[in-house]
Amino acid sequence: MPRALPYLLLLPASLFLLVFFFYPFGLVVVESLTRGGEWTTENFTRMTAHWKFSQAFWNTVWLAAIVVPVQLIMALTMASVVQKLKTGRSGLLYIFAIPLGISDLAAGLIWLAIFEQSGFLNSILHGLGVIDRPQLFLGYQSLWVIFLAVCLAEIWRATAIMMVIIVAGMGLIPKEYNEAAEVFGASRWQRFTKVTLPLLRPSLQTALILRILMAFEVFAVVVALGGTTLPVLMGETFQWQFQLQDRGIAAAYAMVILGLSVAFSLVVLRLLHVPKGARI
Amino acid sequence: MAEIVIKNVAKRFGAFTALHSVDLTIADQEFMVLLGASGCGKTTLLRIIAGLETPSQGEVWIGGRRVDHLPPRERGIAMVFQNYAVFPHLTVFENIAFGLRMAKLPQAEVERRVKRTAELMHIEQLLKRYSGELSGGQRQRVAVARALAMEPDVILMDEPLSNLDALLRLEMRAELKGVLAESKTTTIYVTHDQVEAMSLADRISVMNGGYIVQADRPTEVYRNPAARFVGSFIGNPPMNFLPAQAQGAGRWQVAGLDFDGPAAGAAEFAIRPEDLHPAEAGLRAEVRVVEPLGPHVLVTAQVAGQPFRAVLESDHQISPGEILTLAPIPDRIRWFDPETQKAIA
Ligand SMILES: Nc1ncnc2c1ncn2[C@@H]1O[C@H](COP(=O)(O)OP(=O)(O)O)[C@@H](O)[C@H]1O
Ligand SMILES: [Mg+2]
Repeated sequence: MPRALPYLLLLPASLFLLVFFFYPFGLVVVESLTRGGEWTTENFTRMTAHWKFSQAFWNTVWLAAIVVPVQLIMALTMASVVQKLKTGRSGLLYIFAIPLGISDLAAGLIWLAIFEQSGFLNSILHGLGVIDRPQLFLGYQSLWVIFLAVCLAEIWRATAIMMVIIVAGMGLIPKEYNEAAEVFGASRWQRFTKVTLPLLRPSLQTALILRILMAFEVFAVVVALGGTTLPVLMGETFQWQFQLQDRGIAAAYAMVILGLSVAFSLVVLRLLHVPKGARI
Repeated sequence: MAEIVIKNVAKRFGAFTALHSVDLTIADQEFMVLLGASGCGKTTLLRIIAGLETPSQGEVWIGGRRVDHLPPRERGIAMVFQNYAVFPHLTVFENIAFGLRMAKLPQAEVERRVKRTAELMHIEQLLKRYSGELSGGQRQRVAVARALAMEPDVILMDEPLSNLDALLRLEMRAELKGVLAESKTTTIYVTHDQVEAMSLADRISVMNGGYIVQADRPTEVYRNPAARFVGSFIGNPPMNFLPAQAQGAGRWQVAGLDFDGPAAGAAEFAIRPEDLHPAEAGLRAEVRVVEPLGPHVLVTAQVAGQPFRAVLESDHQISPGEILTLAPIPDRIRWFDPETQKAIA
């Protein structure tokens, strides 16, 4: 029996996954493609015809397009600095990781406390004499401020996860490679771009995919800071499912998020592909 | 022209001193081997010369230029690392070309040099491969080719053969010697393997506990150890040492036998195992173990209660328990000061 044993041991987990993930997932797929028991693409056409769809779609994509690269650069910079530290490394990692322990809704609320009419930002600006009365930053007239606040909250909340993955990845690169590059004439920047980054590709894949998936699912932070003023895909899914009670269109939204996630994950995998034999 | 001068260099890691005030001059185009047991500071000294480590004190000069404040890339050196450090994400071609590209050489020159060094190291058919698709020996060749392609004044090598199996090591050793002699570079080669050191070096620097104990030609290091440590470290088996009692007027008694020795002071008698032969009169040796080595036989015995080894012609029939009288070749006898551990001339 020893050959079957590993499979037997994995069976409960596999069954659990099948029953509680793939089954409901299948249901959502079916739901998005049926209406009143008939197979149809009507859910998708009605979804795209709605005036909020393209706003939600592009808001989500733009948020991801701004937040993820900024986070990547910040995480790489922070990881490089942390990597060089001789003492206090783990202490600093813990501090950077604090936002990870906070739910996205809580993160949104924290940033709301900063930006709202009676918030910290207004108090500070008032105290400095920059403004003479509290401003409404997050009103529907100034969408871009909400957008910016969401970006800030997202960056604050989720940069650490990328950094932790990148720090771990950098730790796996033997320091001889960097020294060899140094001896053979590479400057600090060239060592980073020609040695560290390429050798970091597997970790970058993990970090980016994880972060892109999170970015397309952005929801609670947006709701906390802007209510429904700034529509995003996940928010629309929620609206259609619970407010408008149309499960078919909610399912179609979910499929759009899934499609985006899969497409961008494939792009990342492709771009950061490491050929066989070229791994550490 | 790249003479290397190391002046009064020391390296401390916190409270631990890895190198004590090292002075060493390596002539242009010389092949210098740093030889010593693991942990004696060889790598540290090499890394200080490379610029990968900053000395706690002292100066490093290469080709008449003081370099200890310069980064590695401004020192005119190339290096072969112990674990090769062949970049896994680059092909063999790009590995060899790495330094040339950093130096912004024209593409035609890069290709010419890669081709030439790849041919020299017999890896021209591997140029498209990644390091993950190479054997240890091939990776080693890539690492050497990458260094040679720089046409550097100085090549530094840290135990480059230590990760290869015995047969490959022998082959690579001979090949390296030929290639490096032709390249006209100054070479510093770190090893803990004395056979490697003997066979490659113009001069050997024997290191012990962060000091350079002796720097001299291989035969000198072997024949005339400057210190007891050198005699006990070099040679397989190493030198025999026996206590000696002064008899006055330069006469010394060793295990009941009289020898001419140093004029005064205290002294220890030393002789290499192969500089002994059975004779009518000699040191009385009680045989413990006999190991035939083909042309020779290694005899482990006791002389005056001290362990004592002799390498004899294998036509002598010797068995354990036997008493041999072993005569030392007179001009091969060496004397050491038991106080300073230094050789007495
Ligand atoms: N970065 C370091 N920090 C602390 N001690 C070190 C460091 N590098 C080397 N050492 C110590 O210095 C001594 C010499 O090391 P090394 O030069 O690597 O010896 P070798 O190459 O001769 O084996 C060793 O005892 C080693 O533990
Ligand atoms: Mg070493």
